[in-house]
Amino acid sequence: MIASGFIALCNKEVLRFAKVGFQTIAAPILTAVLYLLIFSHALEAKVRVLGIGYTAFLIPGLVMMAVLQNAFANSSSSIIQSKITGNIVFVLLSPLSHTEFFFAYVVAAIIRGICVGVGVFLATIWFANLSFESPWWILTFAVLGAAIMASLGLIAGIWAEKFDQLAALQNFLIMPLTFLSGVFYSIHSLPDFWQNLSRWNPVFYMIDGFRFGFFGVSDVSPWISLAASLGVLTVLVTATLNMLRRGYKLRA
Amino acid sequence: MKDIAVSIEKVSKRYGQTIALDSVDLTVRPGEILGLLGPNGAGKTTLISAMAGLVRTDAGAITIMGHDVQRNYRQARRALGVVPQELAFDPFFTVRETLRLQSGYFGAVNNDDWIDHVLVSLDLVAKANSNMRTLSGGMKRRVLVAQALVHRPPVIVLDEPTAGVDVELRQSLWRFIRELNRDGHTIILTTHYLDEAQALCDRIAILRAGRLVALDTTSNLLETCSGYLLRILLEGDIPAPYANLLVVSGGWREIELKSFKELELILSAMREGGTRIVDIEINKLDLEAVFLRIMQKESGI
Repeated sequence: MIASGFIALCNKEVLRFAKVGFQTIAAPILTAVLYLLIFSHALEAKVRVLGIGYTAFLIPGLVMMAVLQNAFANSSSSIIQSKITGNIVFVLLSPLSHTEFFFAYVVAAIIRGICVGVGVFLATIWFANLSFESPWWILTFAVLGAAIMASLGLIAGIWAEKFDQLAALQNFLIMPLTFLSGVFYSIHSLPDFWQNLSRWNPVFYMIDGFRFGFFGVSDVSPWISLAASLGVLTVLVTATLNMLRRGYKLRA
Repeated sequence: MKDIAVSIEKVSKRYGQTIALDSVDLTVRPGEILGLLGPNGAGKTTLISAMAGLVRTDAGAITIMGHDVQRNYRQARRALGVVPQELAFDPFFTVRETLRLQSGYFGAVNNDDWIDHVLVSLDLVAKANSNMRTLSGGMKRRVLVAQALVHRPPVIVLDEPTAGVDVELRQSLWRFIRELNRDGHTIILTTHYLDEAQALCDRIAILRAGRLVALDTTSNLLETCSGYLLRILLEGDIPAPYANLLVVSGGWREIELKSFKELELILSAMREGGTRIVDIEINKLDLEAVFLRIMQKESGI
């Protein structure tokens, strides 16, 4: 039986972003559409990637980037806002266990990531003919990627003591990892050094596996992407649960 | 364990080199109102936080209604409602949404009837659908109390509930605390207002530098300080013995009296010495005097 406390906290987290949907859902969709308009206008006639037209290649990447960035933003911003305004105390005073706490924040962040991803997909699908070779891979990588970034967001939100620290993490870690993950290009177009470096970027595997679900082609096998993503998720979930169990920066 | 609501046994807590709690022993009986007093930094909030599981103690054990706050934290937290000192709130939600969510965290689903009752009791009905951001400080304070009550805990801790509130709200919170106590709730109250502790509490515990320096019924503590405080504003030279005995305090002179007989002696000495009495005040010694005496004794003054 799922504990009702978990449902209440998850519900609160979903309500929180839904109440400011213009900022949390509509704005990232608009940003992704602008990326698509600019890049497809500049490159559609000149570039084909993995044998696919550039606009069609770009759409899954933008969808997944939106899923990942918004899953991270949801858990990290919620935790740090609650810490700074002090209202996290109401959750800490409750009988929720650290695992319920973790899953409530992660599930809500996945929901936000998927909502934005679906929004970006619906807004951009009209610009190219997309195929859907393997919808299960699409769903698997979307949920897996969102869970990874939601866990990372929780770690960042718990660790950061000021909004500046969280913004630094977003600008200097999350943005480079997502922008340099093959959203806008295939890593096979990069020189060897950068290609090898990209293989150390976990976001690359999430994007590549997600894109495989659409086109049936990818830079690496989706099984490798799945194994890499599951490995990263395991490390992050273990680290986050350990932080929450010890009450790191939450309980003195 | 049935006659113990809260048991605190040899609880210690350090923050680096600072001792926040030093082997505190304290038992709270069911149905009583216990006042927890002490100067800033005495350890009151740390002790409350340890009861609520917000702070992990270095040593000792705390139980709430027989449930250990670390080992059986779920049961212990269900038995405890805490009104925090800070006016914290979630700006995304209305008052009713806040209470429903808080209720949900404690597993109390379909709790609208009780939420309505709490809203009525705290005079929050008109604000039930208002966003928390739009409420005044006093109203936010009431919502904090409502949040602590939403899961019907037998033990309620109020950490300085009347700090910074107006007289009207202070009086209504006092009434509400008494009502909760009449309904069978055990109340632990920290406050800096000693008249508040004197008016509400059955027993008083005084903390200083993390140590429990006094614990007794309010009436017993007051008896240790029976007498009067005379404040007198004088003009002219003060007769010899009283020049030293009357302690200067903000232009006035003060002295503690055991009885009114001593007052008569002072007044006749002033008359004979030709000292003019400009103004005079006389009050029964209160908890403030007890508190100050204990604090002075502990600091070796």
